[in-house]
Amino acid sequence: MFSKAWEGFVPGKWCEENEIDTRDFIQRNYKEYEGDASFLAGPTEATKALWAEVLDLMAQERAKGGVLDAETEIVSKIDAYPTPGYIDKELEKIVGLQTDKPLKRGLMPFGGLRMAEQSLQMYGYELSPKVKEIFTQYRKTHNDGVFDAYTPEMRACRTSHILTGLPDTYGRGRIVGDYRRVALYGVDYLIKQKELDKLHMGGRMTPELVRDREEVAEQIKALKALKSMAAKYGFDISRPAETAQEAIQWLYFGYLGAIKDQNGAAMSIGRNTTFLDIYIERDLARGIITEEEAQEMIDHFIMKLRMVKFMRIKEYNELFSGDPTWVTESIGGVGMDGRSLVTKNAFRVLHTLENLGPAPEPNLTVLWSKRLPLGFKRYCAKVSIDTSAIQYESDDLMRPLMGDDYCIACCVSCMRVGKDMQFFGARANLAKCLLYAINGGKDELMKDKVTGKHMQVAPKYEAVHGDGALDYDDVIEKYKQMVKWLAKVYVDTLNLIHIMHDKYSYEALEMALHDTKVRRFFATGIAGLSCAVDSLSAIKYAKVYPVRDEEGVVVDYRIEGDYPKYGNNDDRADEIAVWLVKHFMRQVASHYTYRDSIPTTSILTITSNVVYGKKTGNTPDGRRAGTPLAPGANPMHGRDTNGALASLESVAKLPYDFARDGISNTFSITPDSLGKLDD
Amino acid sequence: MQGYVHSFESFGTVDGPGIRFVVFLQGCPLRCKYCHNPDSWLAGGTPYSAEDIVKRVLRYRNYFGDEGGITVSGGEPMLQREFVTEIFQKLKKEGVSTCLDTSGYLFDAKRKEDFLPLFRSTDLVLLDIKHIDEEQCKSLTGKSNKNTLALARFLDELGVKMWIRHVLVPELTDRDEWLRAIRAFTDTLSNVEKIEVLPYHTMGEVKYEKLGYDYCLKGVSPPTEDRVRNAKKILGAGFRKKD
Repeated sequence: MFSKAWEGFVPGKWCEENEIDTRDFIQRNYKEYEGDASFLAGPTEATKALWAEVLDLMAQERAKGGVLDAETEIVSKIDAYPTPGYIDKELEKIVGLQTDKPLKRGLMPFGGLRMAEQSLQMYGYELSPKVKEIFTQYRKTHNDGVFDAYTPEMRACRTSHILTGLPDTYGRGRIVGDYRRVALYGVDYLIKQKELDKLHMGGRMTPELVRDREEVAEQIKALKALKSMAAKYGFDISRPAETAQEAIQWLYFGYLGAIKDQNGAAMSIGRNTTFLDIYIERDLARGIITEEEAQEMIDHFIMKLRMVKFMRIKEYNELFSGDPTWVTESIGGVGMDGRSLVTKNAFRVLHTLENLGPAPEPNLTVLWSKRLPLGFKRYCAKVSIDTSAIQYESDDLMRPLMGDDYCIACCVSCMRVGKDMQFFGARANLAKCLLYAINGGKDELMKDKVTGKHMQVAPKYEAVHGDGALDYDDVIEKYKQMVKWLAKVYVDTLNLIHIMHDKYSYEALEMALHDTKVRRFFATGIAGLSCAVDSLSAIKYAKVYPVRDEEGVVVDYRIEGDYPKYGNNDDRADEIAVWLVKHFMRQVASHYTYRDSIPTTSILTITSNVVYGKKTGNTPDGRRAGTPLAPGANPMHGRDTNGALASLESVAKLPYDFARDGISNTFSITPDSLGKLDD
Repeated sequence: MQGYVHSFESFGTVDGPGIRFVVFLQGCPLRCKYCHNPDSWLAGGTPYSAEDIVKRVLRYRNYFGDEGGITVSGGEPMLQREFVTEIFQKLKKEGVSTCLDTSGYLFDAKRKEDFLPLFRSTDLVLLDIKHIDEEQCKSLTGKSNKNTLALARFLDELGVKMWIRHVLVPELTDRDEWLRAIRAFTDTLSNVEKIEVLPYHTMGEVKYEKLGYDYCLKGVSPPTEDRVRNAKKILGAGFRKKD
């Protein structure tokens, strides 16, 4: 099979008949770059003018309280708008907007109508009565489905916030299509492969098979809609991209279709930098473009990614301390053959932070390895120092498990592009779970509306008796049981949520850009790890006396003596952390997970720890009710007193094998404390 | 043997080259007006054995790279000289680079041989010349600078590498003639690898309040960028060019 668009590319498995293999294409064709940043070009006049317009729009948006404009009539779909939207058609090298106007927020009710309606109201907009009628009388949402099926226990866990952030009122996100396929193969070829896949889906007509067949049919429709959307912008993406500009444009259309269709909590874009470099190198060699033009296209592409927005309620933004979209692009890393995947384009993408100024989105993530070329490492360090806008993750840790074509979804979840997806699962609060263990399943804060007594959320297990110092062995025994209960209700809740999401808000386009036979991860998460660990350490190494209220429920703790704290490279505390992560993960893994998904867990909440802390009472480590839990796997604030390495060493002991969905540690440091010289 | 520790910093990046594990020892005979660790002056601290410290340090070995290692600071580490000597000797056997951050005040030129075991296992000394003028030094720190200068010469004889540090405080230490005098002194030494100017900062002030001490430098601002640049120029700050 040969396409004119592929002239000059090294052929291989990727272009054999009925094959889709983006990685193979990259490996055979990319050119590693080991030089420095001196080749880079500054912003063109068009870039400056266009970016000034965008900045002006963003200023207007802030002045209007956070939302510039919002759709109330047209329900967002891949191809919902009859006319294309532009910022400034004359200047844009890469085109395409989520709605018909820049920064106008789309209307996305499939996750939940109430959320869509409330968010509109908060910013002074009224949902069209017609849309409301459709989504109440004729069309069910994901949110409706979930609440129809929830058990009372699940609802109680949700209300007490021992389970928090569940994707039951909004899109689950975290699914990353292989948007490169749109550019490399063109949409018609992708449709043809999906049709073939569907043809081969035979066997007994079980409910699963019916669902799978229906899903592939939806995927094909989504690809057709994508073609139609691109056509309105004047592009025929049924065929493969022929130039660098087309490759960027095609790829972006793929991603744009996804963000018109879904408002997931994290809408990451994948690992595209090296792929695009192949097209840019070919055009540079052909003399079709200059370095300035290459940079201009990348600048305009990144500009578009900076404009990705969703309509969300204000509480959501509070939960995440901002308005994040997690448009994560993974850069660099090392290939299985030992060559780094750093190309000139890795420099160009980071250079956008200099050409356009720093920004949190897209979330540019460098897959760091000792073996990255020195010139690139230097440039990363420089841009980091100047802009503080690059995220780093260990490629050396992930590559052995995921190969060399994985990407990061959201902040730390790694998946092989186009081959893995995940069911995002928020997190369980293990600090609060310890309080449940002590109080026999009663919530330490929440009162029953009818009786006025502490609400019984978990089953009525035996509580801790007496007013003497808490006995470690006794508490651990009770905690184990409570974690076991929590893991079960948590996994069940997520199974239910994801069944409904697939049913009512299926990510057809994103999944169309995956292999039909996809590997699924079942992502769970932990909040409050360090608080739970320090609490257990306090019970073990100091004396912790319970303080009970009139109902006999332990609501506070009196601590005598000192105890080892997680975050000081002290094995006495760190071993508890390791045990807890393993124990929780083993419990999670012992349950049925939807669609044969592989259970994983993460320790990564970076911002919502504040909100979780609000819903957690006094803890045995001395933390006061309502104060924030530490983010991710961080030690509790101010308790790591042996400097940064000791703190990092504690975190590094956590077993990645038991938390494959990622471990995060928030670590800030002022430049002056790192040394005195620029080098 | 046992020593008394004020605190540890596992990620020291400003006390010697590379990434260093810094041990702050408790106790100091000086009372520098600008001291930012007044809580390390008096006796006390947590007792640790030299072996404990060595074990702790070795856990961070992977971070040291080619340049990093241990720095023992204070307080005044030479107050617990034998303790430091034992730590350094043990770490040298493990191939860890050793660095001593001292004011030199406790050096005794009449009993040089007592100091040989320590400095034979020390790779680098960060020597803080508080003031080049003896009278001014007494007023600034409570003690004379004689021993400090004698230690510098002794280390030169021994061939122990040295970084000279000088805290720049407006009025108290920042006068061109003093700076030139320091430069004249360091130019007579052949073991100086680097000279560092440390601009005075006010971050220690809160500690004085907590401890109930008077803070002598109330109202003194950090030196201006111009003055820092000036001091660096006069002192020839930075790494000395190798011949």
